[in-house]
Amino acid sequence: KWRNPISSIASTPLQRRNFCLGVLPDTLDRNSDAFVRNSENMEQLMSQLQSHIYKVLGGGGAEALRRNKTRNKLLPRERIDRVVDPGSSFLELSQLAGHELYEESLPSGGIITGIGPVHGRLCMFVANDPTVKGGTYYPITVKKHLRAQEIADQCNLPCIYLVDSGGANLPRQADVFPDRDNFGRIFYNQAQMSAKGIPQIALVMGSCTAGGAYIPAMADESVIVKGNGTIFLAGPPLVKAATGEEVTAEDLGGASMHCKISGVSDHFAEDELHGLAIGRNIVRNLYMAGNQGILRESPNALPDYMDPLYDMNELRSIAPTDQKQPVDIRAVIARIVDGSEFDEFKKLYGTTLVTGFARIFGRPVGIVGNNGILFTESALKGAHFIQLCAQRNIPLIFLQNITGFMVGSRSEASGIAKAGAKMVMAVSCAKVPKVTVIVGGSFGAGNYGMCGRAYSPNFLFIWPNSRISVMGGAQAAGVLAQIERSNKKKLGVEWNKEDEETFKSKVVEAYEREASSYYSTARLWDDGIIDPADTRKVLGLSLSASMKPVAEETKFGVNEMQELKSMLAPKRLCDGRDTWEWKWGKSKVFSVKSMYIVLMGGQGGHHPHLHPFPYKVVWKANVPLNVRFKLFKRGIIDNPTCVLCNATAENCLSSLCLLP
Amino acid sequence: SSSSSLETKLNEPIEKILIANRGEIACRIMKTSKRLGIQTVAVYSDADKDSLHVKSADEAVRIGPPPARLSYLNASHIIQAAHRTGAQAVHPGYGFLSESAEFAQLCEAEGLIFIGPPASAISKMGDKSASKRIMGAAGVPLVPGYHGDEQDIDFMKLEADKIGYPILIKPTHGGGGKGMRIVQSPDEFVESFLGAQREAAASFGVKTILLEKYITQPRHIEVQIFGDKHGNVLHLYERDCSVQRRHQKIIEEAPAPNVKAEFRSHLGEAAVSAAKAVSYHNAGTVEFIVDTISGQFYFMEMNTRLQVEHPVTEMIVGQDLVEWQIRVANGEPLPLSQAQVPLKGHAFEARIYAENVPKGFLPAAGVLRHYDPVTVSSTVRVETGVEQGDTVSMHYDPMIAKLVVWGENRDAALVKMKDCLSKFRVAGLPTNINFLQRLASHWAFQKGQVETHFIEHFKADLLNDPSDTTMTTEAYAAGLHALALVGACICEKEQVASIESLHGNNNLNSIWYAKPPFRVHHLAKRTMEFQWDNEHDSVSSNILRLDITYQPDRSYLVQTGEGNSPGMIIRVFHFADHKFRVEADGLSTDVSLAVYSKESTKHFHIWNGTHHHHFWQKKGLELSTDDASQHKPNLETTSHPRGTVVAPMAGLVVKILVKDGVKVAEGQPVLVLEAMKMEHIVKAPSTGYVNGLQVTSGQQVFDNSVLFSIKDE
Repeated sequence: KWRNPISSIASTPLQRRNFCLGVLPDTLDRNSDAFVRNSENMEQLMSQLQSHIYKVLGGGGAEALRRNKTRNKLLPRERIDRVVDPGSSFLELSQLAGHELYEESLPSGGIITGIGPVHGRLCMFVANDPTVKGGTYYPITVKKHLRAQEIADQCNLPCIYLVDSGGANLPRQADVFPDRDNFGRIFYNQAQMSAKGIPQIALVMGSCTAGGAYIPAMADESVIVKGNGTIFLAGPPLVKAATGEEVTAEDLGGASMHCKISGVSDHFAEDELHGLAIGRNIVRNLYMAGNQGILRESPNALPDYMDPLYDMNELRSIAPTDQKQPVDIRAVIARIVDGSEFDEFKKLYGTTLVTGFARIFGRPVGIVGNNGILFTESALKGAHFIQLCAQRNIPLIFLQNITGFMVGSRSEASGIAKAGAKMVMAVSCAKVPKVTVIVGGSFGAGNYGMCGRAYSPNFLFIWPNSRISVMGGAQAAGVLAQIERSNKKKLGVEWNKEDEETFKSKVVEAYEREASSYYSTARLWDDGIIDPADTRKVLGLSLSASMKPVAEETKFGVNEMQELKSMLAPKRLCDGRDTWEWKWGKSKVFSVKSMYIVLMGGQGGHHPHLHPFPYKVVWKANVPLNVRFKLFKRGIIDNPTCVLCNATAENCLSSLCLLP
Repeated sequence: SSSSSLETKLNEPIEKILIANRGEIACRIMKTSKRLGIQTVAVYSDADKDSLHVKSADEAVRIGPPPARLSYLNASHIIQAAHRTGAQAVHPGYGFLSESAEFAQLCEAEGLIFIGPPASAISKMGDKSASKRIMGAAGVPLVPGYHGDEQDIDFMKLEADKIGYPILIKPTHGGGGKGMRIVQSPDEFVESFLGAQREAAASFGVKTILLEKYITQPRHIEVQIFGDKHGNVLHLYERDCSVQRRHQKIIEEAPAPNVKAEFRSHLGEAAVSAAKAVSYHNAGTVEFIVDTISGQFYFMEMNTRLQVEHPVTEMIVGQDLVEWQIRVANGEPLPLSQAQVPLKGHAFEARIYAENVPKGFLPAAGVLRHYDPVTVSSTVRVETGVEQGDTVSMHYDPMIAKLVVWGENRDAALVKMKDCLSKFRVAGLPTNINFLQRLASHWAFQKGQVETHFIEHFKADLLNDPSDTTMTTEAYAAGLHALALVGACICEKEQVASIESLHGNNNLNSIWYAKPPFRVHHLAKRTMEFQWDNEHDSVSSNILRLDITYQPDRSYLVQTGEGNSPGMIIRVFHFADHKFRVEADGLSTDVSLAVYSKESTKHFHIWNGTHHHHFWQKKGLELSTDDASQHKPNLETTSHPRGTVVAPMAGLVVKILVKDGVKVAEGQPVLVLEAMKMEHIVKAPSTGYVNGLQVTSGQQVFDNSVLFSIKDE
């Protein structure tokens, strides 16, 4: 039937066309062999993980738990449960720290850390587990404690220390005591944070011996529990050995003494529950909470959000258990973001890296996900997108599944080293909250460009199937075998095939072991192994914890700046107007068109090729050296308004300076 | 001229009534007044200034301090209030001044219509001996007894022998069981008689005593009568008020159960003749005692007012008695003739009291922390004068509300009453609701086998013996089940509260309060400790522990006790405020949960089905006030010998409280220092003898200087 084209256009509102643009389709083939096999493998991994977790949740074992109970003490997780708001979530970090790290088992590294709200304010908890080696600090315990403090410092979270520790583990003192990131750093961090106005609160539930005594002593406020809590630089045995004085622990450093005489502790608690309640009260009385640190929100967030359209549990089947198997990262994104809506950026360029905007629990995020090997274009695209997010103060999520940057002559010639460097620079300098999840492989420089541990993302989590190493085991074995062979050749020794295979398999085996997610999480290369199905929740909680009350300004490093300057070169168009070209090094010239950037001439004309993205960068040509870019939002009809002052291009007052 | 103005006033219909009462009856009268378009004036004592009856009235006047003697019994203040507000009539309600002939007279003298019987009828019926004489003369049957003026003890004893034991000794004035004595045998007579006299003198100022045959299995049946100013009197059938405790009614019903129509009409006729004998008008009640053994009925007394239990009559006759009272006071004739009075169905009234049932129904006072009565309908009435948050004060009657239900017949009405009682939710003070429930469910009550000793007789069934600490396993299981529901409901409610308490518009962070709360690789758990306040175990100090695990499907796994019971999966839907629906083991029920804090205790009341349980938690800890128990000065650290007391600061000795050498107890003040304008008491650190106390009053001492020491004996 004939339809009036005008009326059909009119019946489709313009906005509607934008609205559903970014919904990711369901591309999962649930009947494929690969899917079924992967699901089965993952199921095995998950049950293995559960059994490890089960052991860890049991703390130091039945006997230690019983002893703890007879002293009227709760377990560290129970203590935390009583301090956080009733019925609230707790984001525990690095549950499997210390896993198979020492000959003796050290569940959770002997310390429980994590984030939870207290009277609506997010706090970092650091709780010694007295059932694990008396709560003494092993090297990994120190590392986990410091990591918690690092997060607290980065995210501006008040710290609550639930102290019940015998201090440094004496047999391992050399690895615990003297170095920069050892025991002493705990107190350094306390002092630094306290100076920054990040509250430090210590609840002394048990002993706080030697160096441990400084935890409550350095705290802004401390609570000590009658009977169980003691604070002293040296315990009764050491006092006797040193001075001959015989004194009970309670008289030497008990609650009464410290609350009445020494003043070391500020609050006297009748028992644990009382002490924990006082702890909650202290947080409630942090009145600066009115200005900062309270659960806070960016004005750009949507309080009404949708769950993803697809089953989050399917992430367990999507997670690659075999690194060779490619995964469309969009299938992961579709199960993490609100309404599975993902507005992709530069979808057709550098396709091995997926970038785009989405929301997680209503909060806008920029997502960078691997969809294969990183090429020069992918790296450039990544750098571009990260800069964009940094400009707009949009938190970044990195989904790592990367075997590395492309190698080979063609790749090198395309300047992949420089492109990779740009991405690393962007990742390093972007001052927005960053959360990384390793969903598959994390190899080589890919780990760097994709915001690995060294790039201080606010949080880094890992799926149980993931593998981390500098390169694949087979590749490493190949490299090492070549070197070995040439060494042997120099010595005139013949290397037979069998020996070479043995040599290679040893290397592969070591890489296998060291690349495992348990190996990583035991050493705190990450903040914990998470169930793929929990990814959305964990991301939501970590983003919420990472939000800063005031956006930090991003400044990029020298490398970037020089590049930018050299890229800008004036060129006269044939019609006589001034315009500019962006150069990429010496080899490539990006036209105005391909950069999707509209440069305005002095008279305010604009380029006909408009970028589909709803912002454009505008540069006023009559201020050539002090180059200022302005960000304009595109209207439905091309009538750009400034994102900062809402004025039209002609009347805009604000400027965002990209150059110093 | 004053009499003529009085007459014109009487001819005009009442437009504004002052209600010389409080509580539910004041509210009840206001309801009818409002319906009739009559304005109302409330009076109140200081204790009632915010109460419902004050809020419900068009105007309210303060009449004095809390004690009734100075307020609700203060006739002149009430009259003044009426004049001040221009009220034409005074409704006295029941109690207080309702049966004061003087007050009725005073009203008439002041030109105010007293909505009640003529003063003469009040005074005639007020004197129990006189009333009986009048009734006897009018042919109303009387309990055999002696009502004479001769009060000589020996003479009285002879009269008692004539009537035969057991005998009832009763003061001629007063009521409410005060001064009443039952004498089983002649040798108890003298002591009881003297006691009754003393009590009567103390309570009523008149010590005249009467004797009556004591009926061992009596029923208390009363007849509602109504008269107008034109000489018409009719009855509105009887009420059975047999079920009493402490000689006060708690459940009344109309008509009386197990009564034949013939008996009913005899009773009615007797009541009408009683009223006619004193030229009665307005509402009144003639009380009879019915000997269940002989089937005889005897006149007991007449209450010259509207009774507490009048609603049950209203329900079966379909009339508004307060409206009748006002119309009679206006001089209108009764709206119905005796033959026109309908009798339809059956009605019960249960009086809900703030009282301590296990402690012998002792009246209780306190704040109604939670008050959620049943929904009213055409067949369910709740007459109350309180709201949630009100105080049931010790100054007045501790009645909280009257629950009135109507049904086509007695069984139907009883079913309804039991249902309503189970849904009548009061917390904050002890009530008799549970007791009323048990009473209503008792087989003998269901059969209508009521008599005045009913509660006494079935005590074992109705009251739990507090000395019996063994709780039935059934009751214990029901308690634990209720506790599990409490735990699940609290979890559900608190999560909502946490989100709502978030500051500002940051609902995005509600993800921290997601359901269920998130934990990495395990389920969130919660432990709660409760104590159970139950009748079975008065010393219950056992702490009951709940372990609650938040399940992924948002339900709760609740385990009770330390023994890690298999637990129960509970699903909770929170409707509003205290209303929940819970589903456990396939059974879904409505649950009401009231939570409030009183002092340092948090109370939890749960109503599920017919059960009501009360649990509580200690909120925080009371810190030991005696600091010395936590820390004694470390004697080894000072340079002085043991027991030496030094000045804690530099200051002036202002007082010496103990002489040197005197024995003192630990903590006993020895002297007073003053420094920085503050007094500081120096106490003995231990028990012993004060030694070396050399400072004198007015002396300046230095910090850490020795004041005295304490020597052991």
